[in-house]
Amino acid sequence: MEELRLMKGNEAIAEAAIRAGCDGYFGYPITPQSEVMEYLMKERPENRTGMVVLQAESELAAINMVYGGACCGKRVMTSSSSPGFSLKQEGISYMAGAELPCLILNVVRGGPGLGTIQPAQSDYFQSTKGGGHGDYRLIVLAPSSVQEMADFVALAFDLAFKYRMPSLILSDGVIGQMMEKVVLPEQRPRFTEAEIRKNTPWATVGKTPDREHNIITSLDMDAASQERHVLHLQEKYNAVEENEVRFEEIQCEDAEYVFVAYGSCARICQKAVDLARAKGIKVGLLRPITLFPFPKKEIARLAERAKGFLSVEMSLGQMVEDVRLAVNGKTKVEFYGRVGGIIPNPDEVVKALETKLL
Amino acid sequence: MTEEIIIAGFGGQGVLSMGKILAYSGVMENKEVSWMPSYGPEMRGGTANVSVIISDERISSPVINAFDTAIVLNQQSMDKFENAVKPGGCLIYDPNGITRHPERKDIKVYTIAANDAANEMGLNKVFNMIVLGGFLKVKPLLQPEFIHKGLEKSLPARHHNLIPENEKAIELGKTLIKEVR
Repeated sequence: MEELRLMKGNEAIAEAAIRAGCDGYFGYPITPQSEVMEYLMKERPENRTGMVVLQAESELAAINMVYGGACCGKRVMTSSSSPGFSLKQEGISYMAGAELPCLILNVVRGGPGLGTIQPAQSDYFQSTKGGGHGDYRLIVLAPSSVQEMADFVALAFDLAFKYRMPSLILSDGVIGQMMEKVVLPEQRPRFTEAEIRKNTPWATVGKTPDREHNIITSLDMDAASQERHVLHLQEKYNAVEENEVRFEEIQCEDAEYVFVAYGSCARICQKAVDLARAKGIKVGLLRPITLFPFPKKEIARLAERAKGFLSVEMSLGQMVEDVRLAVNGKTKVEFYGRVGGIIPNPDEVVKALETKLL
Repeated sequence: MTEEIIIAGFGGQGVLSMGKILAYSGVMENKEVSWMPSYGPEMRGGTANVSVIISDERISSPVINAFDTAIVLNQQSMDKFENAVKPGGCLIYDPNGITRHPERKDIKVYTIAANDAANEMGLNKVFNMIVLGGFLKVKPLLQPEFIHKGLEKSLPARHHNLIPENEKAIELGKTLIKEVR
């Protein structure tokens, strides 16, 4: 049954993980996402669904536990915030190479380095261009409400298994820490052993007489075969770009100017749209929900008639590069951002629109 | 109706939980709500604040820089938020520990001596509910039955025996709030 609760984004994602039939969570605490594991530890999902919750000794251990669980065809996840997410990159690259599905949550804080515990969106490059080594991508979902934090968990798992690749939920300190109403999804069962054998025949769950050994590795010393493997990965990423683009348009029908913003900045821009329209400026908002795949076709379509785009981010200009590529010189693309844990407010976004584009 | 509120004071004064009870009461009355805390190293003795929005409509930005009501419980918060009240808005403060009183003339100003009252009556744990009562007297946004449900939802079941004391504090707050201008 649907259930209405008031929850933090971090708590909603934890509860949604239990309900998505997650088999295991492996994490290491870091602000501003520690409530994920706190909630799971308090909730004791081993008594509800049998889900394992484990505080690892480090981020490296956590991501490699995820690797192990994923090899067995399990729905497994980890969560962290920026510095911890950096530590996990090696494991994530290995999982991309080994074609393993999993869910990673990054509740972004300001960087570089230890930076600050306050919100930021400065991990966009790292998340969408491949944060570890090698040619790989992650499916990147960017929730902009507590409801989406809950809704994207099952979606991220399903996409990860559909394409055999890690999914990332890229959130930030605002969405993780704030409380909103949330309708929780229904409980779905964890995979049974029979389902794992049937649906993930590659999983290393013990050899049966009717097949060869399953081997999961990201290592291939034969150049020709490694090239074939990387090209195969690329085909998957092309299919993801073809099939999985998600975005929301708000008041774009008659818009002369378009904000492009994701996550908490998209919420701030919604208010900025209202404020600007009250002043008679026809502005809309394109909110990418998937950052990879990026809604480049939709942006190109809007660029045919828009007078200009303003990318609004809590970074010094990362997503704006993808907006520029999509717009491809057809119209102006400007940028406004705050960093270091400062959250832009709707008034300053409108002012940026007025000074940079009008 | 949309009410944008900032509650600000010391960590340990119950600022965040007051916001949570307010937000949960809003949920119970079928309003849209958001609760956005300052978070991090602000523990007991440091500053803590939370912005709460209660609305009949979908809430766009949970991050706001101007408020209909500021509830201010220490001097640092007064310095920070007096100018963040919208013209015509409302500032409620506990004069305890305040050395520089609000100066703006374009807003309504109220005091509530919640700290003194809580000390006198040995009600330190419900200090924040006295303040909440004062706010609800000035801005009767939510019906008492929904505040009751909000308390039930935000307090763990083992503390439900404390709800009558909390409600008593809310009623007391309604009698203590004074209009300054």
